[in-house]
Amino acid sequence: MSKVLVVTSGKGGVGKTTTSAAISSGLAMAGKKTVVIDFDVGLRNLDLIMGVERRVVYDIVNVIQGEAGLNQALIRHKEVDNLYVLPASQTKDKDALTEEGVGKVLNDLREEGFDYIVCDSPAGIERGAQLAMYYADEAIVVSNPEISSVRDSDRMLGILASKSRRAKDGETAIKEHLLITRYAPERVGTGEMLSVEDMLEILAVPLLGVIPESNAVLQASNAGRPVILDENTDAGQAYHDAVGRLLGDELPMRFIETEKKGFLGRLFGRS
Amino acid sequence: MGLLDIFRSRSQEPSAKMAKERLQILIAHERGQGQERTPHYLPEMQKEILEVIRKYVHVEDDAVKFEVEHNEQFELFELNITLPEKGEGRERSD
Repeated sequence: MSKVLVVTSGKGGVGKTTTSAAISSGLAMAGKKTVVIDFDVGLRNLDLIMGVERRVVYDIVNVIQGEAGLNQALIRHKEVDNLYVLPASQTKDKDALTEEGVGKVLNDLREEGFDYIVCDSPAGIERGAQLAMYYADEAIVVSNPEISSVRDSDRMLGILASKSRRAKDGETAIKEHLLITRYAPERVGTGEMLSVEDMLEILAVPLLGVIPESNAVLQASNAGRPVILDENTDAGQAYHDAVGRLLGDELPMRFIETEKKGFLGRLFGRS
Repeated sequence: MGLLDIFRSRSQEPSAKMAKERLQILIAHERGQGQERTPHYLPEMQKEILEVIRKYVHVEDDAVKFEVEHNEQFELFELNITLPEKGEGRERSD
């Protein structure tokens, strides 16, 4: 049974693509046959974050329009077994994606035996974002501890609950997960950043994980290597935990407390 | 946190608290809208209730007001009827 998982947020720049890359890699590393699809037609970037940009030949629009077969468009990740990337088109207009076309691609991927189909949503609530979440079984809503991001996450939760295929067909609702990214515990400690508890109270969605603000994320995207592959980094480990929870493990949240500093460190330290 | 920050942070109210309060108000408001949660039967019910009231009292169309409010835990349906003053329109008060 394949599961369709959408990574969404409403707001741009909160870490959807970073998360899609990390979560899909983590699922594949856990032995699940996984494909990650870029739904941002016209502004594709997942290929860069996954480090496969030079191997893109065909994209999802080519597949929908019958110009290429699914297996011609799927890019196998060289470093991670069981992991495939389906890129977005860079040039064609956004209307190229249709509900019917996306439904067919997802069905074909199911028949190919994929365990997880991860849909990387574009920002906004337009067509691309609607189609990315339409067929989802589960949703990861990515949110920064920042006021506009939390508001947009709430809007997106409303859309998931009312406009998805599951909502329209009257099936059980999409299973929602909250993933907080760019979290800075020391700023929460000084009262200048919303805390995990604040966000959970406002959004009322089960917490999948907390990814700390980390240099490792920029370094990973510079290198085109999903951050979860850097097992020595805080962000990599936090994503690893999130994947574990997605697969049913119960793991304590890490990286949400301020590191304890000595007296001198507190006086003179720069965090 | 450096030496200067210790003094600076004391003089300011934590802004995260403001963010949380603003979000709670805003989101409670937005959840009520936008998701078309007004029951579809409302216009029909409004018409019928008005007819029932008119069996007993003569009221204008705008004398009956309906409002649906959404709270976090429940929905509140409010029905307000303004009755005419005594002797004015009480056709069947006997």
